[in-house]
Amino acid sequence: MDTTLLAAQLINGLQLGILLFLLASGLSLIFGIMDFVNLAHGSLYMVGAFFCATITDWTDSFIIGALLAIPATAVIGFLVEIIVVRKLYQRDHLDHVLATFGLILVFDTTTQMIWGPDGLVVPLPAWLDTRVTLFSDIVLPTYRIAIIGVGLAVAAGLWLLVSKTRLGMRIRAGASNRDMIGALGVDINLLFTLVFALGAVLAGLAGMMIAPITEASVGMGNGIIIVAFVVIVIGGIGSIKGAFAAAMIVGLIDTMGRSYLDSLFKLFMSNQNAETSAPAISAMLIYILMAAILAFRPQGLFPPKGR
Amino acid sequence: MLNISSWNLRSWVNMIVLVLLALVPVLVSWSGNEFYLDIATRLVILAMAAVTLNLILGYGGMISFGHAGFLGIGAYAVGIPVYHEIYDGFLHFPIAIIGSATFALITGMICLRTKGVHFIMITMAFSQMVFYGFVSIEDYGGDDGLVIEARSEFGGLFDMENNTTLYYFCFICLLATIYIVRRVVNSRFGMVIQGAKGNERRLQSLGFNTYRYQLACYVLAGAICGFAGALLGNFTSFISPEMMDWSRSGELIFMVVLGGTATLFGPLLGTTAFLLLEEYLPHVIDLVYKGGGVYWQLYFGIILILVVLYMKGGINGFLSRREGSK
Amino acid sequence: MKKSLIGLVSAVALLATPAVAADKVKIGFVTTITTPAGAMGRDMVDGANIALKHINNMMGGKQVDFIVEDDGFKPEIGKQKTDKLVKQDKVDFVTGYIWSHVLLASRKSALANDTFMISANAGPSPVAGKLCHKNFFSSSWQNDQNPMATGEVMNKDGIKKAYLMAPNYAAGKNMTAGVARTFKGEIVGKDLTKWGKDMQLDFSAELAKAKAAGAEAIAIFYPGPAGPAFIKQFDQAGLGSSMKLYTMFTVDALALQRLQKANLKGVLGSYNTMFWAPDLDNAVNKKFVADFKAKTGRYPTHYAAQSYDAIMLIKSGVDAVNGDLDNKDGIRAGMKKANFPSVRGKFRYGNNHFPIQDFHLRQVKADANGDWFVSYVSTVTKDHQDTYASKCKMK
Repeated sequence: MDTTLLAAQLINGLQLGILLFLLASGLSLIFGIMDFVNLAHGSLYMVGAFFCATITDWTDSFIIGALLAIPATAVIGFLVEIIVVRKLYQRDHLDHVLATFGLILVFDTTTQMIWGPDGLVVPLPAWLDTRVTLFSDIVLPTYRIAIIGVGLAVAAGLWLLVSKTRLGMRIRAGASNRDMIGALGVDINLLFTLVFALGAVLAGLAGMMIAPITEASVGMGNGIIIVAFVVIVIGGIGSIKGAFAAAMIVGLIDTMGRSYLDSLFKLFMSNQNAETSAPAISAMLIYILMAAILAFRPQGLFPPKGR
Repeated sequence: MLNISSWNLRSWVNMIVLVLLALVPVLVSWSGNEFYLDIATRLVILAMAAVTLNLILGYGGMISFGHAGFLGIGAYAVGIPVYHEIYDGFLHFPIAIIGSATFALITGMICLRTKGVHFIMITMAFSQMVFYGFVSIEDYGGDDGLVIEARSEFGGLFDMENNTTLYYFCFICLLATIYIVRRVVNSRFGMVIQGAKGNERRLQSLGFNTYRYQLACYVLAGAICGFAGALLGNFTSFISPEMMDWSRSGELIFMVVLGGTATLFGPLLGTTAFLLLEEYLPHVIDLVYKGGGVYWQLYFGIILILVVLYMKGGINGFLSRREGSK
Repeated sequence: MKKSLIGLVSAVALLATPAVAADKVKIGFVTTITTPAGAMGRDMVDGANIALKHINNMMGGKQVDFIVEDDGFKPEIGKQKTDKLVKQDKVDFVTGYIWSHVLLASRKSALANDTFMISANAGPSPVAGKLCHKNFFSSSWQNDQNPMATGEVMNKDGIKKAYLMAPNYAAGKNMTAGVARTFKGEIVGKDLTKWGKDMQLDFSAELAKAKAAGAEAIAIFYPGPAGPAFIKQFDQAGLGSSMKLYTMFTVDALALQRLQKANLKGVLGSYNTMFWAPDLDNAVNKKFVADFKAKTGRYPTHYAAQSYDAIMLIKSGVDAVNGDLDNKDGIRAGMKKANFPSVRGKFRYGNNHFPIQDFHLRQVKADANGDWFVSYVSTVTKDHQDTYASKCKMK
């Protein structure tokens, strides 16, 4: 096997995993603490990308664009929580699924009304638009390495926040025992709003980081959000550690599937059939993994303690 | 039930919808607009799927987020034989029922070991697997879908190629489905299913193996939904994996909730309202604001949120409250 | 309850309105308005509207009624919309159709009802071959044609090892098959990626494969938003130095707008093939491009050009029978002559009602205002007919 290719694909898988982690960690926190199923989490990913693209266009700087898009996305998160989501905490999962399904429609259509059907391009600054060479023969775009760096930094920051701060203590308390935080005299409404906005920022950040590679486009969050759900179910709902591990696993499975499955299939299929079925089967792999995990370890790989 | 003097508002609305549906072909020939028959046929088939979803979701509390998978399996049970030039409906429909029942049995055995949101996710996972499964089969069109060149043949009994015949066949099947669900729900079996939704432990301590009951219920719903899928394949003459995407399952859930969960006619009302909104909302918006119709999904989304927030019990719940306040 | 009652009442009211047999030429236009591919649909509608303006909205002495429907990028919805146009609006022609799979799903709905169907973009192989139909016409091309021209260009450039990439749907398979038909070197690998509303837009894994396979060139077919994304990533990965990039239906006015914004200068000077170019030298094209730019402020894409031609083709049919829309044979014979002012210049129809036409090499250049566009360079193949025509039983 070509080790250069394997190494390159591992890094590509890692980068996808980082993006999934940013999406999934917020989703998992919201799910774990508020017991709220947020299908519209992918819309915040889209909103982050569009904000970043627009501000980058105004200021000619991707960095300023991203820095300003973060608070802007947080504001949207606040508004969504206050206007709609807050009313749903007391309801059952069915209502969550439906209402946030409605939110997706609202977000997608509003985005198209404002920005049109064209996607928005996000140009990279020259110093990011370069290549780095690793281990003498693996050439990778600097920007992809930067995504991994930022993602790992955010993961570390999130870990510090959750395990070392007061807010984090409450979040952990909430994730493992919801009734307890009320008894501790914490302003639950405020905590919930903060967590939701935090999740929005994490999702938005993922959207901003992918935009220079692909683009900001209408509905870009709808496909990936389902994968993010798979990630948190595999990892264990409410667990940041689980979200991280599962995001890496899913990112690697997806990338490796896309890289090697067609060659594998060609061993026993016609070329044409192998080429068309390989991408679908590799997309299917993560669902198979999720079903297997749920069947044998229903609480996921790293369920939060005390549940 | 036929004692008219005891009828309430709900019964009247249900009856009006049924009578209107029964008269659709007459209305269509009168108006000369065949497209209404298309809408009505789709309505009746999707209502059938919604009624079966309601059986597990509404009565049984099993929130399946993968019900569209059964519709797809049923439709492919027509599409694949027709692709191989086998047109016999007496083969298509049994394949659809057995195929979807088998799928429901295997996945149900695994899914029902989980509860709550995990159940939602694992049902979705299985339907996504079927989705990608059909995407991967190049011979049957893959992602592009499969054109179904001819409709199922029933050896001269009736001609499905005739749109009116097809419609009435679907309509009768819908009535039969509603009847079956009614019988099931009111039986001892149905009592256990509904009891398990509220308090599973209690039923288990009474000696009921709720898992088996729920599994049987899940398989029944899947089988009938597969049948509806076979009708859908016949009606649309086209099947693609897209028809079992998770968002389609979401739409089916919306139909059930919009009409009112755990009510006999709720899914029918919900499907009716859903399809009418989908079909006419863009036109209504265009009337108010020219060119706005393209963005109908915005208003559709808002309606969806409002229904969830403020219309508990869906249309049926609303009708009941009207009676209560009378 | 109120809502459902209003719904019911309005449904009954609509049912009660009898269909008016209007004395108009009714044209239904199915394309993608929503989703990220909506920009392509908008370009098509704009192109068709320029044509309607040029003919004063009249065909064969009758007013034209032009109805646009959104297929939402899904075959099933496209079929439903075609059903609606045929059965409810009772259109005389359906046209539009960006996507091959939407066209394949919709074709029966129109043709079984004796309605003319004119594809203004998609040209999947079955429709050109064994599923050809007397009432089906293409105002664009058969999917394999342009890739075959690309394969020839690659031969001329001396490419020995090529990698192919396309979306995993009907047209993607046709395109890769088309290149393989004429390309004489070795195809060292091929990837078909997920397509549709949530299409795959990150190609890192595939690009790494192409590089590892030792390809000298990579030929891609990525219409719509995936194209600029691919080219950006190709550039970001620095593959331009070791691999030559050939594109089909990928670098167009819409893509160039984005690429210019992303300042991807690498695409300037790159070549692709097509049956048309915005600066193709004929009077009809000059007027079309000038009016399109005046109205929209951007260059038209080939989607717009084909839609313009679709309207003109329909007009030629309706004119031939002086507006007698019941005379289907007359309309068909009129259209078959391809006797209308086409933006591509003169061409004729093959037995399968697909154009027999020239394909040109085009290069990305900056115009006087600094806007990027694809400029005509030379003609690669003359009077090219698709390979499926022989499988069509029509004469």
